[in-house]
Amino acid sequence: MSSKSDVKLIDSKGKRLDGRKPDELRKIKIEAGVLHRAEGSCYLEWGGNKVLAAVYGPREALPRHTQNPLRAIVNARYNMAAFSVEDRKRPGPDRRSVEISKVISEALEKVILTEKFPRASIDVSIEVLDAEAGTRCAGLTAAGVALADAGIPMKDIPVACAAGKIDGKVVLDLGKEEDNFGDADLPVAISPRTGEILLLQMDGHLTLEEFDEAFDLAIKGCHVVSDIQKKAIEDKYKSVLEVE
Amino acid sequence: MSEEKREVVIPSQLLGDIHKNKAGHGTFIENGKIYAERIGVLSKSSEYINVIPLKGRYDPIEGDFVIGIVEEALSSGWLVDINAPYPALLHVTEVPWDIEFGETEKYLNHGDSIMAKILQVDVTKKIQVTLNDRNLYKINGGQIINVEPSKVPRIIGKKGSMIALLKKYTRSRIFVGQNGRIWIDGDNEGIEKVLQTIKKIEDEALSYGLTNRIEAFLKKDAKDVR
Repeated sequence: MSSKSDVKLIDSKGKRLDGRKPDELRKIKIEAGVLHRAEGSCYLEWGGNKVLAAVYGPREALPRHTQNPLRAIVNARYNMAAFSVEDRKRPGPDRRSVEISKVISEALEKVILTEKFPRASIDVSIEVLDAEAGTRCAGLTAAGVALADAGIPMKDIPVACAAGKIDGKVVLDLGKEEDNFGDADLPVAISPRTGEILLLQMDGHLTLEEFDEAFDLAIKGCHVVSDIQKKAIEDKYKSVLEVE
Repeated sequence: MSEEKREVVIPSQLLGDIHKNKAGHGTFIENGKIYAERIGVLSKSSEYINVIPLKGRYDPIEGDFVIGIVEEALSSGWLVDINAPYPALLHVTEVPWDIEFGETEKYLNHGDSIMAKILQVDVTKKIQVTLNDRNLYKINGGQIINVEPSKVPRIIGKKGSMIALLKKYTRSRIFVGQNGRIWIDGDNEGIEKVLQTIKKIEDEALSYGLTNRIEAFLKKDAKDVR
């Protein structure tokens, strides 16, 4: 992250590179239940991000030593496709994707009623098909919808959104250039019903005041995305009642 | 069944208060409020608020009749896949045959299908099934299809009315497992008709007066009825 930004990220009218206002999200499109082999699935477009999430299970956790006799384990696997970035991403897990898999697994574990399925595992595959900053938030949001679509008992549908700082100003949902040339990025995942924080990471530097401002902005963003998530699930299942 | 409008609920949706209602299946309580824990259809009785799941794995209940597929023959029993999160154990003492130790493979092997009854589900969700009950046996011939376990009650109908209709008009043999597997045997025409009808039931599972509509559907081109 370069502190001396030679790119102007906010113009004189206060608009950002892609014409958004500081507190405006990118365009989000969510579709639930797109894969028929998986128990639950979700396709999500968030700006230039394209993410596919699939849920398998609950099923017996294998190998056996990974089982927990009291609750289910949640395995999220975040993976970027080779064609998701400029040039080519070397396939397979790397330091970054292992970290993201871990934090997403832990966030999902908090909302799933894991004690209902002792010795089982719930596997979530998150495939990033096209990346444009904020893929971990997009992945976690998609995973939340896929879990609900799979009919897995959960306390809430988790949702994530990021805020950050560009050109010295706190803004919502960083785009690609803003992420590369900005000053800070703060992804937050919450349980929208209770406001409980499921994931909080930060890259770059923020003062205490800026942090509070960015954090509040990210939470506001989460609630907006949450409504889109719920609408996507309702749209998928509303049709079952409309046969008559 | 009440004639109220059905409502689809999504996880975390607020359903009521514990002082007014009791939390039933598919719900959880937090701070005195009742919330939905899964995607489903809201069903309110006088006391309980239930969520009937629309999707999800089969949750084994003791006494259910299911269709299982043998995964593995062990030395003193078999592991059977019953579409639940866990494989079920079928012990040699729970089959109607006399089996010498280590000869389990002669009777049931990987890939065989059985009609079984759930004998026991313990706290750690270890499942045992049995073949020692009426009309339970190894399946020979016919075909097995999968449906959503939550739609099984509609396929069976009130006191078996729907399934009786199917059998009457298609002249097929049908066994519906609670775990969402259905075994059908009969002539090709009959099987085809059953498959079409089950598809229709699945698609319209939540509408009212389904049994009558299905009867009309079956009657349309039934030639000879027993």
